[in-house]
Amino acid sequence: MQLSQASSPIGRGSYFPWQWHLAGLVLIVALYWLFPGNLLMLTRIATLAILVMSLDLVTGYAGLPTLGHAAMYGVGAYGAALCAKFLTGDPLAGLLVAAAAGGLLALVAGAFLVRYQGLAFLMLTIAVVQIMQNLASKLSFITGGDDGLSGFTVSPIFGRFEFDMFGVTGYWYSMILLLLSFIVLQRIMSSPFGLCCMGIRENRDRMSANGTRIYPQLLKLYVLAGVFAGLAGGITAQVNQIVGLDSLGFELSAEALVMLVLGGSGNLVGGIVGTALFSGIHHFAATANPFHWLFVIGVLLMVVVFLPKGVIQLVARRLGNNVLAVFGRRA
Amino acid sequence: MLQLSNILIDGVVYGMVLFVISVGLSVTMGLMRFINLAHGAFAMAGGYVAAWLIRVEALPFFAGVVLAIVATMALAAVLETFVFRFLYAKSELQQVLFTIGFTFAAIAVASFFAGAYIQQIPLPGWLHGSVTLGERTLPAQRVMVVVLGLAVVLLLWLIIARTRFGIWLRASVDNAPMSSSLGINIRLVQCATFAFGAGLAALGGVLGAELMPLEPYYPLKYLVLMLVVVSVGGMGSVSGTLCAALLLGIVDTASKYLASGFGDFFFYAAMIILLAVRPNGILRRR
Repeated sequence: MQLSQASSPIGRGSYFPWQWHLAGLVLIVALYWLFPGNLLMLTRIATLAILVMSLDLVTGYAGLPTLGHAAMYGVGAYGAALCAKFLTGDPLAGLLVAAAAGGLLALVAGAFLVRYQGLAFLMLTIAVVQIMQNLASKLSFITGGDDGLSGFTVSPIFGRFEFDMFGVTGYWYSMILLLLSFIVLQRIMSSPFGLCCMGIRENRDRMSANGTRIYPQLLKLYVLAGVFAGLAGGITAQVNQIVGLDSLGFELSAEALVMLVLGGSGNLVGGIVGTALFSGIHHFAATANPFHWLFVIGVLLMVVVFLPKGVIQLVARRLGNNVLAVFGRRA
Repeated sequence: MLQLSNILIDGVVYGMVLFVISVGLSVTMGLMRFINLAHGAFAMAGGYVAAWLIRVEALPFFAGVVLAIVATMALAAVLETFVFRFLYAKSELQQVLFTIGFTFAAIAVASFFAGAYIQQIPLPGWLHGSVTLGERTLPAQRVMVVVLGLAVVLLLWLIIARTRFGIWLRASVDNAPMSSSLGINIRLVQCATFAFGAGLAALGGVLGAELMPLEPYYPLKYLVLMLVVVSVGGMGSVSGTLCAALLLGIVDTASKYLASGFGDFFFYAAMIILLAVRPNGILRRR
């Protein structure tokens, strides 16, 4: 990881956190009224944003680039789907199962993975995601294999709000969960534990000389990331009512990494912004020709590397300040 | 017994293809600490140019292959001089992102120029036949793959161990700033190594075209395979890459013969075990 000026969520977030949360809620309502035709896409953005935030914990905060984050996402998705199929249709119980499944896989894999760093870590995460995908494909009597797992029903949330075909319930469900995850993760990552993870990213030797035990901290972080990745997978499964093998794929992991970097890593807002940006570009470029889309994203990636870190956030902040200046306030 | 020999023969052929296609990447990564995920794009470029030269321009097989390799090396040298060398100082994540972006763009360009279907490299008549070795008959194409793979091993060994350039290369791998101050032209070594690695990738793309069909998504599909071989073999180690490629090739072929439903499960399991035991490469103790 490059040395970064500590882009601190602490300074910014802790003044009036509830105001930022209220702003998030207003944004969710506003998006609902502004884009009534694109609710399905917005739902997808919300679930992917949770995945990208969880990837940000590992890659952005702790500085361990991974290409296997979809393993936890996919396990969460299958967990939620199997729970709805065999145990109970209650969506919140399904989410618990999904988060537990993601966390469990992260614990088992992480106990082995976080001993390594750099290229070895990257390759081992790829191996984990490939093994999980091949297992899911082999165990087709449980997972449905290539056909995907479907035929489960999710009962209404709190017994009242049913998942409809227009995705209205799904939209509110995923967006509110995104907001809640953001609040929780923001709180955790601005705690001493979060600072410790950033310290490990910046200088491992010095942190261990300070008396930090690196391995348990990283394992904790990996499990936390796994819980939220599993949660994201669970929401996707419940909203779409189908889980495919691609949710365990290497491609999804790579896309999530691209989204994270587009928005700026090491910062939870960056994850959300990057996901929205990536999905927006995808939406407009891929309608023409899938290969155009690949070209656009490829060039974008090459440009991003030569841009300074977090430039998109900088532009957004400038724009925001200009808007606030209209009301006579300096932000 | 027959099955065992089948597994061994197919495994060795597959391993040789893996070796030729990955060894260039291994040398680049070892020398420049540059994670070049665009390596597959050079393999694809070589394969596409060879297919075009042989099929459309009707060149003889070997002339077409050699021209394709030379063209790929020239392309790689130009790109290295103007683009890739600015990435050497960047972080791992940035190198990964840039080269993945380059691969995406290469996929789009390949499908724009050649269409989204598989490119066939027509084999000359004498490679269609079979060769009798003792009691077994083998397809001539496979024998050629193994022979050329061994030739690459020999060539690499000669270059690295017996030439002045090899001395420069080894010195730069061990300590680039020190060899630079001893008067070795590091830029030349880097550029030549990068181009040479791309040329090996192109050769691998042509040789492996029977096992790994050339299509626009080629560089992404086989990227993970190359990275696995390189990381198991140890970056910068030719003999390690050879061992890793042969071992993984045999494991993968054996699992395809004996437990076909599991896909790549055993391949990746073998990789995890090998990396866990020897994180710095199969032939290196810590």
